[in-house]
Amino acid sequence: MDTKANLLIRKGRVIDPASGRDDVADLLVEEGRLVRVGASLDAPGAEIMEAEGLWVIPGLVDSCVHLSLPGEGPWTGDVASECRAAAGGGITHMAVQPDCGPVDSTAVVRLIREQAGQANFARALPVAALTQGLAGEHLAEMQTLAQAGCIAVGQAGASVASSLTLKRCLEYAATFDLLVLFRPEDASLTAGGCAHDGAVAARLGLPGIPAVAESVALSRDLLLVEATGVRAHFQQISSRHSLTLIREAKRRGLPVTADVSIHHLLLDESALEGFDSRCHVLPPLRTVEDRQALLDAVADGTLDAICSKHQPLGSFSKAAPFPSTRPGISGLDTLLPLVLKLVQDGALPLHRALDAVTSAPARCLGIPAGQLETGRMANLAVVAPDEQRVMNERWLSRGRNSPWLDAVLPGSVRRTLCNGEVSWLAE
Amino acid sequence: MTLAPPSSRVQLTDDGKLRHFLSLEHLSRPLLEDILDTAAGFVDVGGRAIKKVPLLRGKTVVNLFFESSTRTRSTFELAAKRLSADVLTLDIAKSATSKGETLLDTLRNLEAMAADMFVVRHQDSGAPFFIAEQVTPRVAVINAGDGRHAHPTQAMLDMYTIRHYKGGFEGLKVAIVGDILHSRVARSQIHALNILGAEEVRVIAPRTLLPADADALGATVFTDMVQGIEDVDVVIMLRLQKERMDSALLPSEGEFFRLYGLTNEKLCHAKPDAIVMHPGPINRGVEIASEVADGPRSVILNQVTFGIAVRMAVMSMAISGQESLAAAQAAREESGHGH
Repeated sequence: MDTKANLLIRKGRVIDPASGRDDVADLLVEEGRLVRVGASLDAPGAEIMEAEGLWVIPGLVDSCVHLSLPGEGPWTGDVASECRAAAGGGITHMAVQPDCGPVDSTAVVRLIREQAGQANFARALPVAALTQGLAGEHLAEMQTLAQAGCIAVGQAGASVASSLTLKRCLEYAATFDLLVLFRPEDASLTAGGCAHDGAVAARLGLPGIPAVAESVALSRDLLLVEATGVRAHFQQISSRHSLTLIREAKRRGLPVTADVSIHHLLLDESALEGFDSRCHVLPPLRTVEDRQALLDAVADGTLDAICSKHQPLGSFSKAAPFPSTRPGISGLDTLLPLVLKLVQDGALPLHRALDAVTSAPARCLGIPAGQLETGRMANLAVVAPDEQRVMNERWLSRGRNSPWLDAVLPGSVRRTLCNGEVSWLAE
Repeated sequence: MTLAPPSSRVQLTDDGKLRHFLSLEHLSRPLLEDILDTAAGFVDVGGRAIKKVPLLRGKTVVNLFFESSTRTRSTFELAAKRLSADVLTLDIAKSATSKGETLLDTLRNLEAMAADMFVVRHQDSGAPFFIAEQVTPRVAVINAGDGRHAHPTQAMLDMYTIRHYKGGFEGLKVAIVGDILHSRVARSQIHALNILGAEEVRVIAPRTLLPADADALGATVFTDMVQGIEDVDVVIMLRLQKERMDSALLPSEGEFFRLYGLTNEKLCHAKPDAIVMHPGPINRGVEIASEVADGPRSVILNQVTFGIAVRMAVMSMAISGQESLAAAQAAREESGHGH
């Protein structure tokens, strides 16, 4: 059965950060392909969607999502269940981190793609393991994994302790021009910690993770990127000092991009008061000054993209004293609403904010997505930007571990098109 | 409306009575003074022929010790028994694999036994807060030490000791010396001293034993022992655990003792009538010299005696808070407004 959409979206505000387009227009999708954007289009036989007062934006691209395969922990949300949550949040593409499986064999790559394909809600793009079993010791078959459909290689936060091993991994990846994803973290400085090593952790007596745990690793990683010439994307930057290092690397022309998770733009260490385990995340929420510096860095482009860092956890995962809880926030449902909240609060300009969740992450990952390009299969979301909704009332992820579960946030996705098919349609 | 800080919201009733006792942070000076005054009424119970008062008769107190302890557990057990409670003490080895599940399962089982109070010691900071949020209403939770976070009854018995010897807190300078980074006792003492009106609280330690942003604790930070105890009224020494030597926090016991161990020579820099305290058990020759520990200024053993009275005070006040909460709830239900 042909499920490709024939759809005319009329009089929506079409915002496409990649091309700079922002005007009220009609948008025509024929057989799943975006064929025209313009005034007063006509499409006999096509479904008509009146979009006055709504926004038509590219489908969101999420550069960091942690999922699991059925029966495999520690996440409860598996590929199929979370693809639906992605579609409901206007997300059409997501980079599945290599701790799913782990992604170090072609069988796992096939499984992820198959499950996402069967669910048919969003494109789950596997990131391959950089080292076998993510153990940080032996090179994974990265080129084979890339040929099987992986878009990049990485360690999903599991650090490679040996600089020599990492250098060899990067040299090997560079041989095949593979993109390497880094979550910079010096494990020896992080060990045992569960909160930012600052005033709040000092008072609450929580073992700390210092900001230098990130910047020490980032410094090493950047030097090795420079030495090997590999393409690099740094994930979930959380501290001020790291931003200085990334700015400097970009200024020197290194092939480097970076993202930040949405919760680091909205929360700081004070969210941990009362031992609120919903805000237990890695890297930890840092200071007010760090948060402001991260926002500034998104605004000026030092940080290219904003990701959800989605980690859907089972209810038991947060039902323990703070240090014993699993870190992570379920973020697919809230990525767009929280980005819109930042815009609403004046923390980020609209076009830059939307760029950071559409074309910029696509550019970082090197995938053809995140823009409204005619001639291509449609990947887009129709959004009611001002509609305030209680998140809990339409929560799709299986992970309900979020500090925003009961929050009222702006933005409701009315319809999502992924690869030319309707992947989400609000009731 | 400004919300009360999380620690107050959880542990106080709407009319400001103690319901749980988890942390001293954000508690009021009158409440802490009330605890000390109530404890004063219990001090002589231990000297009587019949060492019991009937305040917790018919109540069940469960000591939940997820982390081993002899001294604290014994004093809580004695305190509960002197209040005439039925006492059950459990040493619960923590499962390494399913920590959250074990804790929740344990709680549910104990609730089914109709406990009225949990006395909790746990290696994770915040565990008593988590337990207080999970237990059914009308069960009081007392923190007997959680991770690096708080040890409020220890701090209150220290306050009792200070008030006993110094008469009050106004104008007092107090130095806390040693492993501040890992010390739940120090954190609670700092809160208590600040709330009760001490003039200055100092912490003294090498940088490796101080938390990042130590200033946020509410104390003046010193890394030099002699400067730090200059002119103080009270010196509180902390226990230094031997494993700190193995984890690259300190070079040796010898160097630590030389720089931060309390000797009579260093004590000369404090006020002539300064008292010396220690939460125990002490490491002689590591954090404190024997001559000081056994010397005329040491009040270490009196701390232990006062500890039982202070714990009796806290337990009876928390049960009383829970009972007034239950009475208020019953009254609401009778008038048809309860849910």
